[in-house]
Amino acid sequence: MPWISKLDTLDRRWLFLVMGLLVAGPLIFPAGLPLKVSPPVRSFHDTIEKVPNGSTVFMPCDYDPGARPEMVPMTKTAFRHLLSKDCKVVVTVLWNAGPGLVEATLNEVAREFPNKTYGVDWVNLGYKAGDDAVMVLMGQGIKNAFPRDYRGNPTSTIPLMNNVRDYSSFPLMVNISAGFPGTKEWVQQVQSRFHLPMVSGCTAVSAPEYYPYLQSGQLQGLLGGMAGAAEYELVRGEKGLATKGMDAQSLAHMFVAFCIVFGNIVQRLKRREAA
Amino acid sequence: MKREVPLFITAVIGLFMILSFFVPHQWVSVPADFLQGSAVILVAFGYVLGGANALRVNFDGISRRSPGWQYKVVLVVALLTTVTVGAIEGREFLNPGMRSKWIYDWIYSPMASTMFALLAFFIASAAFRAFRIRTVEAGLLAVAALIVMLGRVPLGDLLTDWLFQLKWLPGAPHTLHLSTFQEWIMDIPQNAAKRAIIIGAALGVMATGLRVILGIERSYLSGED
Amino acid sequence: MSLHLSPDLSVWLGALLTLCIFSFLYKDNPLYRFAEHLFVGVSAGYYIILNFWTVIVPNLWEPFTKTVANAGGGAGVGSLFLPRLGDYRIFLAVPGILGLLLFTRLFGKIGWMSRFALAVIIGVYAGIRTTGAAQADFVAQVEGSLKPLWVAGDVGASVNAIIFTIGIITSLLFFFYSREHKGGLGVASKLGISFLMVSFGAGYGYTVMSRISLLIGRFQFLIEDWLGLR
Repeated sequence: MPWISKLDTLDRRWLFLVMGLLVAGPLIFPAGLPLKVSPPVRSFHDTIEKVPNGSTVFMPCDYDPGARPEMVPMTKTAFRHLLSKDCKVVVTVLWNAGPGLVEATLNEVAREFPNKTYGVDWVNLGYKAGDDAVMVLMGQGIKNAFPRDYRGNPTSTIPLMNNVRDYSSFPLMVNISAGFPGTKEWVQQVQSRFHLPMVSGCTAVSAPEYYPYLQSGQLQGLLGGMAGAAEYELVRGEKGLATKGMDAQSLAHMFVAFCIVFGNIVQRLKRREAA
Repeated sequence: MKREVPLFITAVIGLFMILSFFVPHQWVSVPADFLQGSAVILVAFGYVLGGANALRVNFDGISRRSPGWQYKVVLVVALLTTVTVGAIEGREFLNPGMRSKWIYDWIYSPMASTMFALLAFFIASAAFRAFRIRTVEAGLLAVAALIVMLGRVPLGDLLTDWLFQLKWLPGAPHTLHLSTFQEWIMDIPQNAAKRAIIIGAALGVMATGLRVILGIERSYLSGED
Repeated sequence: MSLHLSPDLSVWLGALLTLCIFSFLYKDNPLYRFAEHLFVGVSAGYYIILNFWTVIVPNLWEPFTKTVANAGGGAGVGSLFLPRLGDYRIFLAVPGILGLLLFTRLFGKIGWMSRFALAVIIGVYAGIRTTGAAQADFVAQVEGSLKPLWVAGDVGASVNAIIFTIGIITSLLFFFYSREHKGGLGVASKLGISFLMVSFGAGYGYTVMSRISLLIGRFQFLIEDWLGLR
């Protein structure tokens, strides 16, 4: 069968083209496929919901523009959720290329709350090198690790930081992370050492390895990738970028599944022909 | 001396950091805090060193006119421009309106995002050309992958509900979805195997950490001295 | 559906650089190589300047110069040697000097002097990661595995608990290489492989989701922000 050898030697650029069209199509012509909320996402939402209104929550955002489509929707929804509960939010960034993106994301959400003031209701402490060492260092004093915030202000002069000493100042950590350093390191160095309850939003690549932490109670909620972000938006009654991307995600997944099955069928037919 | 002193430093500091996990007294916690703060500063110097090394390597390439040296000129100019602009703008270099922020938003950020986005195309290509199911184990992997991929998106349930909900069977419960199987796979077999991997990796990390502290593992010293 | 091209030149620059990178999908070409080298250069420069202004200056230079100024002012030379938690006075010279010694790696003959800085880094991280892995990844995970195998009144939960426990034990036995995988160990190991394959398949599925999400993000930028297709 000549079509088998044609498919076997198919130029991969045709596959690239089909993938591109299947992703672009639903973004231009959305179908609005119905989403369902999974238990880890429900737990994530409920854990934040249980935090007393007005508490100060720690929100490390460890990602860079490479993970923007998965991380930014989660950050926006979680930050909005916390601000709507009148919680004060302390943000840090442990990824080199993250601070600019995180600051822009937080500012975009903060504009929706004109009564919230930077330095009083939320603060972005910015970036610090050192990965796990910074996490442990903050356990002795957050202002010592971050003498200045992202905007260059001394943290000792920021009103919100007056009541923040170390991890004991927070009832919850809401970690949004794309890899290393991220959720795993926060669990190892902070949750286990300082017993700070935590929930995590992470990339889909990392999510499977955090399920053991979820099952053991070290994490109390988990958002995995764009699907997790979309489900969280659904719970919150929002329709953000993650929700808009799920139609394209569906079609692309179908295509990859088709490629796996059809690729193997072609190979089997080719081997049968050769035999 | 050139190897023994660093090994001794590693051993002392490593053991002290382990001790600080168990002893909260300030005779231990204050020096441990100082060491962690020092490590943070040294890592930052390391990043600066990395950038300086990139400059040196590419300068070498340009001076020797190695293949693609013209692109190395682009790299060096971009590096030096970013550093110069950032240095001039001071500590507020990432604040709105700054040129460094503009470079980050409109040069660095789009390209960083796009580099990773390329992978989606290669995943599709690899799925067709390289994903070969030749053994039972590979079949298990493939079935799990297909269930998880399709169960995690809304279209998966929409296309398979007729099968799992047994709507054609009178009296059957309409509670099963493909996503139910996907959640079960993530919660039970996947979780069990990942936990085993985490426990095994933890034993490996502990063993390697002790090997480094005790000076058995010395590869980080590198060099002939 | 209509086109509303962005009037912002910055968005056009971002879009063009995005398309330069995407051009690699057709084949390697000068536009892609240019964008790639531009990206690497800007990244390296950005990393240098970020770590300088956000770590070296606020965590080292400023507290050190403030300490020296205070000592010269009214506090006296003795104050240099009175560290407190978070305020290490003259002792900040130690990471400062070690940090500068790191740069000796660029000069072959004196490169050995960088080992002292590396020793501090390695010592700190070996210590904290050993305890972190022990507590979070070993103790807590084993504790989390010790769950009742029989849940009264819930057959489904009981079956799941039994499968889960068998999965952990057989997967761990697969990694036990001190004995040949024969007999009982061989059977357990084979079962463990099955669980591991299921987990790798699930990981593959999630990886596909992640990569496609990144592509969706880029297309959202091109379609909505650049082309303004609404």
